[in-house]
Amino acid sequence: MDLLGNLALGFATASTLANVGFCLIGVLLGTLIGVLPGIGATATIAMLLPITFQIGDPVSSLIMLAGIYYGAQYGGSTTAILINMPGESSSAVTAIDGYQMARNGRAGVALATAAIGSFVAGTIATVLIALFAPPLTTIALKFGSAEYCSLMVVGLVMSVALAHGSVVKAIAMVVLGLLLGLVGQDVISGASRLNFGLIQLGDQLNFVAIAVGLFGIAEILRNLEDERTREVLMARVTGLMPTREDFRRMAAPILRGTALGSALGILPGNGAVLAAFASYSIEKRVSDRPEEFGRGALAGVAGPESANNAGAQTSFIPMLTLGIPANPVMALMIGAMIIQGIVPGPNVAAENPALFWGLIASMWIGNLLLIILNLPLIGLWVKLLKVPYYVLFPIIMAFCSIGVYSVNSNVWDLYVVAFFGLLGYFLLKLRCEPAPLLLGFVLGPLLEENLRRAMILSRGDPTTFVTRPISAGLLLLAVAVLVVVFLPSVRRKREEVFVEEE
Amino acid sequence: MKQATFDPTNIICGAFFILVGAVFAWQSLEVELGSWLRIGPGGMPLALSLLLILLGLIILLAALREVGEPVGAIAWRGIVFITLAPIIFGFTVRGLGFVGAVFITALFASFASLRMTPLRALLLSAALAAFSTAVFSYGLGLPFERIGPWLR
Repeated sequence: MDLLGNLALGFATASTLANVGFCLIGVLLGTLIGVLPGIGATATIAMLLPITFQIGDPVSSLIMLAGIYYGAQYGGSTTAILINMPGESSSAVTAIDGYQMARNGRAGVALATAAIGSFVAGTIATVLIALFAPPLTTIALKFGSAEYCSLMVVGLVMSVALAHGSVVKAIAMVVLGLLLGLVGQDVISGASRLNFGLIQLGDQLNFVAIAVGLFGIAEILRNLEDERTREVLMARVTGLMPTREDFRRMAAPILRGTALGSALGILPGNGAVLAAFASYSIEKRVSDRPEEFGRGALAGVAGPESANNAGAQTSFIPMLTLGIPANPVMALMIGAMIIQGIVPGPNVAAENPALFWGLIASMWIGNLLLIILNLPLIGLWVKLLKVPYYVLFPIIMAFCSIGVYSVNSNVWDLYVVAFFGLLGYFLLKLRCEPAPLLLGFVLGPLLEENLRRAMILSRGDPTTFVTRPISAGLLLLAVAVLVVVFLPSVRRKREEVFVEEE
Repeated sequence: MKQATFDPTNIICGAFFILVGAVFAWQSLEVELGSWLRIGPGGMPLALSLLLILLGLIILLAALREVGEPVGAIAWRGIVFITLAPIIFGFTVRGLGFVGAVFITALFASFASLRMTPLRALLLSAALAAFSTAVFSYGLGLPFERIGPWLR
């Protein structure tokens, strides 16, 4: 069977000594970042992105970036359990019961459950990606420009639906992102536009600089608003090994969480976060001891942890097969591919099978590394929790500057970082989330190019988008999502979910 | 204090999007708009700008009718020291060289926090400059001059 051959190629690529090494560096760095407060996976990946180009081989650099991503998810759950402070938003749910388990002296079991759940979810999700990516690629290859446009519209609408806060603001952020993506030279006519008279804007805005500014600097500024000392009150972590009874009770939640996470992860927006919440409420409903939830229920850790890890993995599916990012991290991966000279989209699997399958296989290897390394290393992570924040941000600022400058040794990019850091902070104060902006920025040029090509192909007839069946179906889906989001009952429910999250 | 009958945050937010939309619309009119058949470089930016203005108006009008919270504390000190840090790196990296630029940038950023003491800041920045030079310059071989012309 083809699948086996592909997976064999993937594992052959991912298990070379160098690639395992990069994967290892990635997951370690990711866990470190996840554990440290105040800097998220998106900012880290943006910062380290330019440095991975020095590796040279695009496969290794993407493997390392992916490693940072799921490493950070894992590190986030560690802090959620030990100090009730989720390092990443996707582990906010884990904090509810995980921290209670830690207070009951079962921190070790909670950590082990999170690790086992993540590993099982990661394994199943890897198989799912291997199964579903090729057929999706085949469909996507039949897409014309009109279909691509509509698909991108669906992607952007979904990211709006799953963003925090006001829907209108999220749409405005997408539009602003699209506009910023169009700044600079027009690919088709070669004309320079939207440059405000600045010659430095003759080129495209630097993607890395924008991501670092919006996600790194803006976040630091928000953390500096009130400098509190973090309470690091915790018992020694002992008794990592769950009992036979624990294993019996975590099995079903892990499988349900994986299924839920895999499905929601494919959706644009932060599917992994949503999956964790959904999994928690399902586990609470099906449990024969619902009163335990909130007081240290094992299922309340196992389910959401598996769900968010599965979601984090399957969010690679739209990125790898369609070239459409499901979340800011995937937008960064697409940016990384473009800078490495790989055109993201359905052709990646055919033209770069080693990269495509190598990346998929590396996810499984990465998950294995996480479970092998992190349980013994837990003592080290606990020590890192005590690093004060004021020591961290000078380090982050230095690395941000080095990272951005190393992309093309251009001083202008550093000013762009400062500008977007300020803009990002201003937008955060206005309660606007930066994620939709970044997705818009990445998709802006692609959307415009395909829109203009579709118009030429249809001889200037804009109805082409609704007369071609696949395109019409996709647009209908986008409209349906928007309508649902604006329905009063859904709107209220959605607000509840996101309020609970904070 | 008197309770505000509008949402100040969203008023600023709406006004901001309208302003940005207007600026981008003005910029897109500078280049050719094109026709339906051949959309020019200004076509899509103009359409998006107008959409942004519309969204800004919706946010603004809605904000006039609802009560909201004020913007909240602003990290002024952070804004000054943190956003200037990359700019300082940009100004010094060619002249001072990589080592000096990392040191100055980290030192400057350190002052964003009130909890940092000068001695700690100096030690941290020096350690960071040494670490970065070892990892990025020697380890990864980034092509930057370590000691720049200002110091020679």
